[in-house]
Amino acid sequence: MRTYHQLTDPDRSGLADQIGAQRRRVAERLAGVRRLVAVMSGKGGVGKSFVTAHLARAVARAGHSAGVLDADLNGPTIPGLLGVSGARRTAHGALVQPAIGSDGVRCISMGQFLDEGAPLAFNGPAAESFVWRGAMEASALREFLGDVEWGTLDFLLLDLPPGMQRYLELCDILGNPPAVLTVTIPTPESRDAVRRAMRAAVDHGSELLGIVENMVGGELKGTAGDDLATEFTVPVVARVPWHPTAPMWDALAARLSGARRTADGAR
Amino acid sequence: MKFLCVECDQQMTFGERQLPGDGTLAATFKCPKCGRVVAMLTNPMETQLVSSLGVEIGGRTVPSESFEMVRANVITGGPAWSNDAQERLSRVPSFVRGMVKKIYADYAKERGITEITPAIMDTARAELGLEGM
Repeated sequence: MRTYHQLTDPDRSGLADQIGAQRRRVAERLAGVRRLVAVMSGKGGVGKSFVTAHLARAVARAGHSAGVLDADLNGPTIPGLLGVSGARRTAHGALVQPAIGSDGVRCISMGQFLDEGAPLAFNGPAAESFVWRGAMEASALREFLGDVEWGTLDFLLLDLPPGMQRYLELCDILGNPPAVLTVTIPTPESRDAVRRAMRAAVDHGSELLGIVENMVGGELKGTAGDDLATEFTVPVVARVPWHPTAPMWDALAARLSGARRTADGAR
Repeated sequence: MKFLCVECDQQMTFGERQLPGDGTLAATFKCPKCGRVVAMLTNPMETQLVSSLGVEIGGRTVPSESFEMVRANVITGGPAWSNDAQERLSRVPSFVRGMVKKIYADYAKERGITEITPAIMDTARAELGLEGM
């Protein structure tokens, strides 16, 4: 009996073509984005969304165009951090317009499609939903990337949830690993979790832009930022205190923008 | 996915796709040589897995629309808000915005309205006596 690859007639479903079309759609939509940066950590509760939102605002204040894609589908917090109305967005027609948040930052989030306080839930068979739920979330992420009219952006920051799953999905959807900005808190526990995430990012070929050490100067003790910086030969681009000021975020934005200019110049 | 008629050693061709509405899917394939037809039947879980990929068995017959999967599968609860309606809602003071939003959402839900627009908000205000909200 012949095997799949020995059957040479095309598969009318054209699943490979359909997947290819999805990828092209994402690439077309992101063609106007100069720099795409995934803000990630291996650890929950370190302030990724907080850092993402304030960094995006600082980038915008510096005169660059900035957008945030809230890839934390199950715990979306970006709309609140960017002061976007909790009202749901309408999705029909060719493309969805991103919401405009504080300082003109464009954003899209699952929080804009759900009722306030409602968990992310999908239509479908309740039994053994673990089989398909992950694929649903990856598909939602693809639509956030490919169906939003981002327009021309200097920076699109992607706020990833804890863990590596969404980062891996992102690599698959984009076809290229995104640059990564890592967030940690000072503790050794955070360092150990973030190390795994950074190693995965390196293994997939992501450029490491640096480390943001958050919640510095309080009860959380440790040297996670410096330890990771030494291990991965990347800079600690910011140490964020418990009560950060706008100039601190502006300095971080300037540093990342400068890094971008240097990288652009090197090409 | 391809189907092979083992007796004829021929690749079977896609016939039709049926979605009975109970979460299952049926797709037929026919042998071009002997004419034998087989049906592939998927259970709701398998159907959902294919659906979650954003692809269609048998190929796409219409172009994809924005947020197709999110719109079809995410349980959003209440009605959607148009951009203009959202902008108008954002002008409501934040301390009462949640309450005002719920009033409009309940109004729309009770009347089967799927999208709240400024016109719907005007009608609701007049009907419910919410002038000033």
